[in-house]
Amino acid sequence: MLEVGEDEPAAPRRKKLEVGEDELARYPFLDEAGDYMKDTGFSLEDLAADPAFGRVRDMALARIEAAAEGRVFMKGAPDELPVEIYSFLLAVVMLKISSRRAMYGRFALAEARRAERFLESDLRRDTRASMGDATRGVVARIMHDLFEVDIERDGDDITMPVPSYLLHSTGFHEREWKLVNRRVSGGMVRLTPREAVRLLRSAVASYISSRITSARTPPSVPGLEKYVSRITELAAAFEPAASYTGEYPPCIKHAIGVLEKGENLPHSGRFMLGTYLLNAGKSIEEIAPLFKGAPDYNENTTLYQLRSLKEGAGGSGYSCPSCDKLRTQDLCHETAECAGISHPGQFGRGR
Amino acid sequence: MSAILGSLLKRYYFERLADIRAPARAPEREFGYFRPGSGMVRHISVRDDAGLRLLLSQNAPPDVYCSNAYYAFPELPMREKEWRGADLIFDVDAKDLALPCRAEHAVRVCECSRVHARAECPHCGSQKSQARSLPCKKCIKAAWDEVEKLLKILEEDLGITGAIAYFSGNEGFHVHVEDPGTYKLGSKERLEIADYVSFRGAIPELVGLPRNAEKKKPAKPAEPDNPGWPGRYARHALASKAARSRAKKEAESGGYQLAQARLAEAAPVIGARIDPGVTTDVHRIFRLAGTVNGKSGLSKIPWEGEGDPYEAAALLGGDPREVVAECPVRFALGGSRFGPFEHGRVRVPAYAAAYMICKGLASDPA
Repeated sequence: MLEVGEDEPAAPRRKKLEVGEDELARYPFLDEAGDYMKDTGFSLEDLAADPAFGRVRDMALARIEAAAEGRVFMKGAPDELPVEIYSFLLAVVMLKISSRRAMYGRFALAEARRAERFLESDLRRDTRASMGDATRGVVARIMHDLFEVDIERDGDDITMPVPSYLLHSTGFHEREWKLVNRRVSGGMVRLTPREAVRLLRSAVASYISSRITSARTPPSVPGLEKYVSRITELAAAFEPAASYTGEYPPCIKHAIGVLEKGENLPHSGRFMLGTYLLNAGKSIEEIAPLFKGAPDYNENTTLYQLRSLKEGAGGSGYSCPSCDKLRTQDLCHETAECAGISHPGQFGRGR
Repeated sequence: MSAILGSLLKRYYFERLADIRAPARAPEREFGYFRPGSGMVRHISVRDDAGLRLLLSQNAPPDVYCSNAYYAFPELPMREKEWRGADLIFDVDAKDLALPCRAEHAVRVCECSRVHARAECPHCGSQKSQARSLPCKKCIKAAWDEVEKLLKILEEDLGITGAIAYFSGNEGFHVHVEDPGTYKLGSKERLEIADYVSFRGAIPELVGLPRNAEKKKPAKPAEPDNPGWPGRYARHALASKAARSRAKKEAESGGYQLAQARLAEAAPVIGARIDPGVTTDVHRIFRLAGTVNGKSGLSKIPWEGEGDPYEAAALLGGDPREVVAECPVRFALGGSRFGPFEHGRVRVPAYAAAYMICKGLASDPA
């Protein structure tokens, strides 16, 4: 049976949403999609090898290929709803079997962007967004149950509490996402439906990524070999070409590990990694490939940002933040070897 | 520590002990105090009012602190405490407002202990000295004005109604927010709140003045009755028809940078001038309400803006004490005015003696 279970520690189980088949087709990352699969009685072996499911397998791979190309998977006309659901679940299984973590993040981000389109249209259509309403729409339920964000509808706009907004907005670099540039009143931030779902893209991607890492799958499944091989080929383009094995402090090792796994490293973590390596004498060309694993990797942007780090701060380049600063940013992963240092640059040096 | 100050602190903590309460969630907070001669004592756990009172009566410290953060293990070293959340705190300090009057009540305490107002000590010629300010009513009034702006923004915009303001006991105010909605916010999120209340980082689009405004996307300057910052800015800079018309024309003729500069100019006027470093620090220890501030001998007390905090917070007693003082500027305290004092013995109320001792302007008689 195909299950997306708890092979690795995952978020605590939540109360199930009541969602229909059409909603599962739009949001197949929900736990409920796994239950739907169970209820239909098909097994993973059926999906992997039965000729009747060839279209599901092809669509699963197409979803992954679209992610590798940085595209959002969208077909001209919606397929049969079960195919939409199964193909997502099978893509998750294929990715997990491939163990290509560099692809996890890209797939999660692409699927999050795909879901975003549905979330936005559902949110615009849904006049019951109020969390006080027991029959609230699926988007409000997803936001509440998955991300603990309680939204309200106010005319054409959506409002959410300031703390919820802040917990999801500080990852954005654009100035219009700063709280001071939002319409804020009575403790609520007012957003358009598009802004509300865009705000949660990263959270949706993290959730999908966690669904892949926690998926319980056998090491291999007959019938999926060629699909897994294809994923391995696709992943090669995103796996860091050079992996630093020198004695870096644990914060830096952790950041590199995050990127190697294809997971998202926050802006502050990228700043730390870039400034640390630049100050350690690495060139921009040596450092840039490390960021290939980032779900939103773009070569030109990475090179531009590394140049900014090297040439900024009046031309002398930015310094790596201190251990105290990194602690406040949740980037410190202190070990006993860090004793007595106050800056990552002091790690491993005789004192 | 001065024997006079030590005895006044003992008396204060003996007489007022029953009035001093441990803060909410005390067992989860880190406490600390300054021990003269050996420095800061930190990582203390206090369970309740009785525990706090025992600490105060045993030590009568010149400074007592308590974390804004809640920890699983507050008594352990920093890295092992396990942060669980923190109150949101704002600090408004008169010295950050840099009012022109500040130069009139600033003095320097030389390493030879004499007090002067020059770059070089007229008594020993040393250039090494520490600046001390004896803030005036104008300074503290200006700081309170910032607190009022802050409280209004917190309530109207951020929906925070339970904020409590305290006179810090020296040159400013602390505003504490114990709101479950903000406990879990990290430094980055708190920086956003600090920027919000300060109106820092605002862009012209916020007030209806977009980049490259044109017919398709015309400029629509914010109205004074708009909620939040757009309305507040409109009341400040776009209140008249002429001002709104000018702003619209500027936006439609490439005046984005100008609009941006005007917003930046408005920030210190309409925003609350707080110290963002304090608000973003989720591990900081703050002076505990009800205790004495060792920089002034005044108490940290709740403040709602009525009266003179330099009168209300002078709680170390009015009985006369003789000290050797040197204070070239006048200061108001406890409802009376003092100084200037030439170097020599003076007899002043205990609170004024403590104030000058804490500022380095007086010492115990030999």
